[in-house]
Amino acid sequence: MTRIVGRDVKRIEDPALLRGRGRFVDDIAPPGLLHVAFLRSPHAHAAILSVDCSAARAMPGVHAVLSYADIAPLLAEPRLRVALPSPAYRQTLDRPILAMDEVVHVGEPVAIVVATDRAIAEDAAALIEVEYDLLDPVADAVAALEPDAPRAHRTAPHNLLAEFTLAYGDVDAAFAAAPHVLRESLDQHRGGSHSMECRGCVAIPDAVEDRLTLWSSTQTPHVARRMLCDMLGLAEDRIRVATPDVGGGFGPKLVFYPEDAAVAVAARLLKCPVKWIEDRREHFVATTQERDQRWDVEIAFDDTGRILGVRGEVIHDHGAYTARGINVAYGAVSAMPLAYVVPAYAMRCRSAVTNKVPVTPVRGAGQPQGVFAMERLLDAAARKLGLDRAEIRRRNLVPGDAMPYATPLRTRGGMQVVLDSGDYPRCLQAALDRAEWDGFAARQAAARAQGRYLGIGLANYVEGTGRGPYEHVSVRIEASGRIFVATGAAAMGQSTHTMLAQIVAEQLGFDMANIEVVAGDTAAAPLGLGGFNSRQAVLAGTSAHVAALKVRERVLRVAATLLEAAEADLEIEGRAVQVKGVPAMRVTLAEVARAAAGLPGFSIPGGAGPGLAASEEVVIDPMSYANGSCVAEVEVDEATGAVTLRRISFVHDCGRALHPRIVDGQVLGGIAHGIGNALYEWMGYDEQAQPVTTTLAEYLLVTSTEMPAEISIGHIESPTPLNPLGIKGVGESGVIPVAAAIASAIEDALSPFNVHITRVPVMPQHLVAQISPEAVR
Amino acid sequence: MKDHALTLTVNGAAHRITVPARRSLADALREDCGLTGTHLGCEHGVCGACTVLVDGAPIRACLMLAVQAEGAEIRTVEGLASGGTLNPLQQAFTDHHALQCGFCTPGFLMLATAMLEENPAMEEAEMVDRLSANLCRCTGYTNILRAVQAVAAARR
Ligand code: FES
Ligand code: FES
Repeated sequence: MTRIVGRDVKRIEDPALLRGRGRFVDDIAPPGLLHVAFLRSPHAHAAILSVDCSAARAMPGVHAVLSYADIAPLLAEPRLRVALPSPAYRQTLDRPILAMDEVVHVGEPVAIVVATDRAIAEDAAALIEVEYDLLDPVADAVAALEPDAPRAHRTAPHNLLAEFTLAYGDVDAAFAAAPHVLRESLDQHRGGSHSMECRGCVAIPDAVEDRLTLWSSTQTPHVARRMLCDMLGLAEDRIRVATPDVGGGFGPKLVFYPEDAAVAVAARLLKCPVKWIEDRREHFVATTQERDQRWDVEIAFDDTGRILGVRGEVIHDHGAYTARGINVAYGAVSAMPLAYVVPAYAMRCRSAVTNKVPVTPVRGAGQPQGVFAMERLLDAAARKLGLDRAEIRRRNLVPGDAMPYATPLRTRGGMQVVLDSGDYPRCLQAALDRAEWDGFAARQAAARAQGRYLGIGLANYVEGTGRGPYEHVSVRIEASGRIFVATGAAAMGQSTHTMLAQIVAEQLGFDMANIEVVAGDTAAAPLGLGGFNSRQAVLAGTSAHVAALKVRERVLRVAATLLEAAEADLEIEGRAVQVKGVPAMRVTLAEVARAAAGLPGFSIPGGAGPGLAASEEVVIDPMSYANGSCVAEVEVDEATGAVTLRRISFVHDCGRALHPRIVDGQVLGGIAHGIGNALYEWMGYDEQAQPVTTTLAEYLLVTSTEMPAEISIGHIESPTPLNPLGIKGVGESGVIPVAAAIASAIEDALSPFNVHITRVPVMPQHLVAQISPEAVR
Repeated sequence: MKDHALTLTVNGAAHRITVPARRSLADALREDCGLTGTHLGCEHGVCGACTVLVDGAPIRACLMLAVQAEGAEIRTVEGLASGGTLNPLQQAFTDHHALQCGFCTPGFLMLATAMLEENPAMEEAEMVDRLSANLCRCTGYTNILRAVQAVAAARR
């Protein structure tokens, strides 16, 4: 039995945040602070002929105006070399800190202006004169791969960034022998992450020690430090990257950005603190997004609905530079078959370079797209066979008794994908029960009799969580008796501090108020990978658990000597160690820590060496696979195409839940994001690759009124054998199946009109065009 | 640009500041009064992160100029707790896990404060409608609604 882990304890993050005493990056204002505005490209594709900063520099209040030519001499490396390795690349497209002689997307930074306040910096940026020679832009990923397409980069040989095929089994033989084959062409779109806090950083140089501290709202501070060291040519001890409170991440904040480097360069040059806070309009054109994919896919199945094979082609919009790698495309293609027994699979994927914002993971990281493709095919197959949509899934889900189930798939790191635990059919059934799936036909018929169109739809997903190899955590009890926990993990709202404090408190006295957690600070943790891929509870949580156990052992050994008692008779309770059941016989953690710290000339009690500290980087290479099932119920107005969500029923399995209420919160937030992807969020570009949705009035985020009146979330706990706590990640799970389930529901609601959903977001005008084509002519 | 000397009354305290005419109330609160609890999520009047109360009404502090707020009673998130004690709305937010990253939270707290002062017996449908003024990317709103409902129920 645990007392803290697995319970809804109070979040330690909340009190400061509720009182307006959080410390977000924009709240950091050291004396002498200067402010930055970036001049950004207004063109999707152009050559830069000249940059004239003289008028801007002459403006009162301006301290510096720097273009690429000005900062180049200060750089050991002018480009951000961030691409994850892969044999799939067909060209290298690392982005520069500031544009050199070509801009390749609207929003690309061209110059940095530093001034006494942001408004002056923006005024000055408007005075910079850049002479552009316009080049043909590439606005569409599919068109980008046509042989006569213009090049997104003028010197590139083509627009193919990467190409790979994920395949196993004899897929062509499976199709040749199959009694049924169906084909779909799907266009998928996701949009931005839109954390409510945009990006930002504050660079603070220290002339005394020749160091630089960069406060950044990043999800990956250790990567940021490495990049800064490489680009500025400095050793690791010269640079500290620390994260303050981060107002949401959802993926794009894991990327290292040109602005972080430019701000650091400016601060070193000017020898004073420099701050840049991204505004929302910049966020639309400069923060990475996850966007369009075209899927041309086929499914082969037998008369009973069993899948015989899946094959096809994907074209993935990579954006203008490689800001991360092929991971979104790979994640999409490998997520597609994961929940089901698919005997043969072949998916060819090409990433196309376009003149749009670079693409990197947004919550879900390609997996929603893969799931959408699979679930659309299964709906089509069910329709063809006249089978219940739930039944065809039941017949194909990986069965519970097959776990652990070694799939023929490999991760992008080359490791075999083994589904470690779970009971997918049971999870589906639980979601169907919550949704009253079986009674729906009657509800639907009753509504139709009144002229209303109700529909129900479903989707299953399996999510790879806990991407390894490790996360660093140290646990230390100081002479004050306080417990300090430091980690390379980074917090951005997902309760990382609470999670680590829970795990440590479970072993060291159950008093979370006695624990201080530092996350995301390179000065506090020597190593760290950071926050992405629903990984931190799994990796950092496990390291914290093992480190806390080691510290516990030391505490008990030293205390046993001090109390002249057997270790086995002791317990840690609150801030003291006591003989079990005899609270009078106790020593405080402070006393134990002081004794363990040693005195000159005396031996350390307990014989376990000095100090009460341990640090761990527990390596867990295989990913743990979480799963879930989502059922959506909608009502569609056949005259306007407006979709109202009536109900979402969601059952998921992320192994053991460390804090059920936080897990629910993660799922709820993901569902809201998924609703946005299904119905509202559309990052628009015109045919010149000009973004046309650059405010929150044009790009629609879900608000409280778009949430369904009824949301019912259920949990199944199948602990993973891959870590001692049995936990799997949950941060992205909510988003993955939602668009697929809603599309299925809309199609069901509008089945009298034979409406066929092949793209998301589903917009009213698309529905009206299918319901009554004559009305929209 | 001409600077203006003015006095802002925030949470009952007077702040004498000198700002350019174009400075927004949000920037003045954050930078000139040192009250960084009010956040900026869009600076174009959509997200509501900057919501503060001006003479009791919720307003977007990014859309109001500081000079326009002189003479008004301004209330911000920093004024909600008394001493070390969270007020009932703040307490309900933590009890119901109505915040994750906490960036939108000050705006929602001020919005809900105004809602409950205006109509302590507000029905759920109206609450949902009024809460749609602000954006949150983390929570999916469900728990924010529960927190506000809990406070309303306790007052009924
Ligand atoms: S910052 Fe004022 S509404 Fe968004
Ligand atoms: S709690 Fe993060 S935006 Fe609302």
